[in-house]
Amino acid sequence: MTLPHSHDAPVALALRGIDKRYGNVQALSAATLEVRPGTVHALLGENGAGKSTLMRIAYGLERADAGAQFVWNDRVRVTSAAVAIAHGIGMVHQHFTLVPTMTVAENIALGGHGRLDLAAVARRVDELSTSTGFALNPNARVETLSVGAQQRVEIAKALVQAARILILDEPTAVLAPAESAELLRWVRAYADAGNAAVLITHKLREALSVADDVTVLRRGRTVLAARRDDVTPDTLTSAMIGEELNGTRAKSSAGDSRPRAASEAVFRADRLTLSDADGIVRVRDATFEINAGEIVGIAAVEASGQRELLRALAGRLAPASGVLAHPSAVGFVPEDRHHEAVLLNRSLSENVALRGAGARRGMMDWDAVGAQTERLMLEYDVRAESAHVPIRTLSGGNQQKLVLARELELDSNSERALVVENPTRGLDVRATAEVHARLRSAALDGAAIVLYSSDIDEVLLLATRVFVVFERAVRELPLDRERIGQAMVGAA
Amino acid sequence: MQAPALRRDSVAWELTRAILVLLAIVGTTVLLLFVGGYSVSSGLAALWRGSLGSWYAFTSATLVRAIPLMLTGVAVAIAFRAGVLNIGAEGQLLAGAAAGAAVALTLGGLPAAIVVVLALAASAVGGAGWASLAAFLRSRFAVLEVISTIMLNFVALYAVSYLVRGPLQEPTHVYPQSSTIGDAIHLPRIVGAGRLHSGLLLALGVSFVAGWVLRRTAAGFRLIAAGESPSAATSAGGIDVMATTTRTFLVSGALAGLAGGVEVLGVTFALYENISPGYGYTAIAVALLARLDPWRVAVTALLFGGLEAGAGAMQRDAGVPSTLVTVIEAALILAVVAAGALRRRSSFPASDTSPITA
Amino acid sequence: MTDVVEPFFAATIRTAVPLALAALGELLVERTGLINIGLEGAILAGAFGALVGASGHGVVLGFASAAAAGLIVALIFVAFVVWARADQIITGTALTLLSMGATGTLYRTMYGSSGAALSIPTSAALPIPGLASLPVVGAPLFSQPPITYFVYVLAPVLAWWLARTHAGLALRAIGDRPDAAEAAGIAVDRARALAVLVGGALGGLAGGTLVLAQAGTFAEGMSAGRGFIAIAIVALGRWTPIGVVGAALLFGAASALQFAFQAMGWNAPYQVFLAVPYLLTLAALAGAVGRARAPASLGQALEPHR
Repeated sequence: MTLPHSHDAPVALALRGIDKRYGNVQALSAATLEVRPGTVHALLGENGAGKSTLMRIAYGLERADAGAQFVWNDRVRVTSAAVAIAHGIGMVHQHFTLVPTMTVAENIALGGHGRLDLAAVARRVDELSTSTGFALNPNARVETLSVGAQQRVEIAKALVQAARILILDEPTAVLAPAESAELLRWVRAYADAGNAAVLITHKLREALSVADDVTVLRRGRTVLAARRDDVTPDTLTSAMIGEELNGTRAKSSAGDSRPRAASEAVFRADRLTLSDADGIVRVRDATFEINAGEIVGIAAVEASGQRELLRALAGRLAPASGVLAHPSAVGFVPEDRHHEAVLLNRSLSENVALRGAGARRGMMDWDAVGAQTERLMLEYDVRAESAHVPIRTLSGGNQQKLVLARELELDSNSERALVVENPTRGLDVRATAEVHARLRSAALDGAAIVLYSSDIDEVLLLATRVFVVFERAVRELPLDRERIGQAMVGAA
Repeated sequence: MQAPALRRDSVAWELTRAILVLLAIVGTTVLLLFVGGYSVSSGLAALWRGSLGSWYAFTSATLVRAIPLMLTGVAVAIAFRAGVLNIGAEGQLLAGAAAGAAVALTLGGLPAAIVVVLALAASAVGGAGWASLAAFLRSRFAVLEVISTIMLNFVALYAVSYLVRGPLQEPTHVYPQSSTIGDAIHLPRIVGAGRLHSGLLLALGVSFVAGWVLRRTAAGFRLIAAGESPSAATSAGGIDVMATTTRTFLVSGALAGLAGGVEVLGVTFALYENISPGYGYTAIAVALLARLDPWRVAVTALLFGGLEAGAGAMQRDAGVPSTLVTVIEAALILAVVAAGALRRRSSFPASDTSPITA
Repeated sequence: MTDVVEPFFAATIRTAVPLALAALGELLVERTGLINIGLEGAILAGAFGALVGASGHGVVLGFASAAAAGLIVALIFVAFVVWARADQIITGTALTLLSMGATGTLYRTMYGSSGAALSIPTSAALPIPGLASLPVVGAPLFSQPPITYFVYVLAPVLAWWLARTHAGLALRAIGDRPDAAEAAGIAVDRARALAVLVGGALGGLAGGTLVLAQAGTFAEGMSAGRGFIAIAIVALGRWTPIGVVGAALLFGAASALQFAFQAMGWNAPYQVFLAVPYLLTLAALAGAVGRARAPASLGQALEPHR
């Protein structure tokens, strides 16, 4: 169902016929977006649908291969962020674009011209604090601020530059439910004042609660553009994931777990304390047990200590104090696959051989590794020309499947244990479903799995138990979305 | 899919690349000669004469120079491959030469063959020791090895200058050089090949073993992984990246030191200040052009040996300053680096894989 | 005692000036996250440029040519590293080699391989009336060639510019978080290119100082590692203009000590004194505890073009 647009209808921001290609991946194909003045426009889509790419093009951080952009009905060529800013477009990025060592005032002043008068900037920040209701301290160093406060600085930056079109990229991904609600209220008010806001999100509920119009992208194409009142959650869902429903949205696996006769503890923590690379304590006195066959989901807002917890469980981080017992070899699928899990320019075989390379002595048996790799490719349905091609030629989903295969490989002496961090980030729906299926079947086979996802719904979908990490404490909670959401921000 | 004949790793592609490189070198030489106002024809003729124009030139000028270039080239190649930017091969060569000369001159009574072996071993230790200074600063203080190794190159120069005017000076105390090493302790010449000495066999052996280690052993794989992505090597491979890179740094220094010992025992037969015409720096071009593969270093070392031999002839016969060859070598490095960069410009995700090995 | 102290100060300033020039330029470059190992090549090129420009044409043209020569080296760096995104360390190393080869070749071609010293005008000391007659420090500080006074002015101007202009703020932001700078509308690559070019010009001026205000002649390889020492000085000076000048003075003093020792009859092999600057650089780099204050993106590979 597409909204007919007449080119005379006033638009605040319009993108028409946008194409964008990265190598042999067509990220966007004739994508369109029409944002009316005074509205909140939700841009929906699965991970990897092209939402961020489209808006980065609108903000000048990427260049489209084809297509046109209009701002307040004028055709414009946005070739850089400076041009976008000059046209009154502001953007709040998914990963904040602030300089951590600089103060709030300096960050807000960034991009100006001529002499730098920080006192004047500070005054402007104070004015902005009152008018928006954000509590901004001009002299605070950004790295000392909470995530929510940093986001408010990002927004303030855009407002100082008189943005009348504000793009927010997954703004609630890093916020707790209460902060999210407050942000959305502010966005609503901003739009009501005659501006326009584009809200990029993959969360249906959120979109429906605040948007006037919605656009859905799937595989780089605009598949739906409509008024909010003309759509339902189901129409949106089917637009987002297309015909491949096929039961991929399976129900929670809580009912699937078979109780083990004698629960063998695979992980045991006793008053475990963990510090990060800078020596700051991230987890304090955690005590828990994880048994074979369980999928323990970790729920936490960004940077709550889950990073350290996952790495400690995976044997990559030594405890600062306390005890952590884990199998000698724990599989680990980190979030940043390209930097922490694979050698991009090396072959699939070499990447499979990477596991355990630190301890191997003597010669490498490349024939055996090659055979093992081919077997894994078959078993895990990794699509590639051969085991000898560089891993970077594979799609993200296939790379992830290979990493998962490598990490799940049975080590002769230890029980199977696996720690995964945002395992389906950047994967399309089909690959996501495959990864979920692998995790479930591994658990059924007796592996102990620890899963962290910043998407709480993914956690609830797969986990048999849930730990919440907040303020250095690790607590187990029942699988109750509301209680977990509150615990993630310390409200319960 | 590309036609098999042009696939990146095929023999035909390698040959094509080699021919392109040769053309580039000749082309650059012609250009520089022309711009400098020199006679292009006599310059090129001298270049040919000095490098490949006769059997004598080939063995006694080109191959003789290729030996230290091969050893230092492998030294630089394995270091760069591990992500260690060892620009100090020159200083490590000097340290090795000094150590080798000292041993050769002081161990009078022992059988010659043993002295040769000990002297070469000492040169390797000397080079490794010199490298260990930079390696220590790198691991303990995170000092960029690019800078520290260059600083140490200068220090090595002054150290040799002091040695040949002091403790190691020849008995008459007139000339700034050591005593001449006795004939018995020279590396044996290869019969029928002019001044070419058996150091060639050692150099080829080192090149072969190094390439084999990288391809077939776990230690070699760890080296490659550490250089490609230290973070992935640590996290996914459980590799101790600092230990791996430090060990590689020391081996690299040892090989460069060995080059110094081989030069002293096979070519110069004494220690003096200018025993290296910049082999340690040329080695960088040798290694990069070989794409950091020790087996290919054998070929590129030959190429640069010819270039330097030809440069000497160009200066003698056509009055072209030998520094011209340094310009060609620098231009080659820039060309290799630019080619790698432009290849990477296609859409692959930014990663911390070593830009050197692309 | 004053006849040891005054020459000591004079030698300190003399050694420090070219180092400070090159280091102030490199400071700007490193504040954008780049490291220009080719600085050594820029200095050497500048020295040769000064020779060519001043021969028969005077000191001013000599310095101008020196700056231009440094600029050419910097231009190649910009083309390879900023435009083509080639590896900055290897490019810089190659540029230094290129400069050594090119200046050597051009020198021998243009002036004969015997390397005869030629009469180049030298930049004479210009005493500042009043200040130059201060006791002990008067002559060393204020009876210097004009290029020294240029450094006295350059450092505080750079300090002010970095702290009090939007352009300076932008530069600092690029060095810490280039993506944040870009999202704020700053033309990141253009700023980097400008910083490298200015750094190259200042490096060239440093080379010009060696020829026109100190040695009075050109010799192959006369930069003798000063470019690398300058990089160490930037780190030792904590990436601030005033700190850099202080660190340059420290190096100058350490080098000047050798003359003081020799004057006092110390008998160490002269090679030890020659090696001092390089050993000092190593010590400075190891002890640069201000590692934490380096620009966060220093030395990292540049992000791919859009």
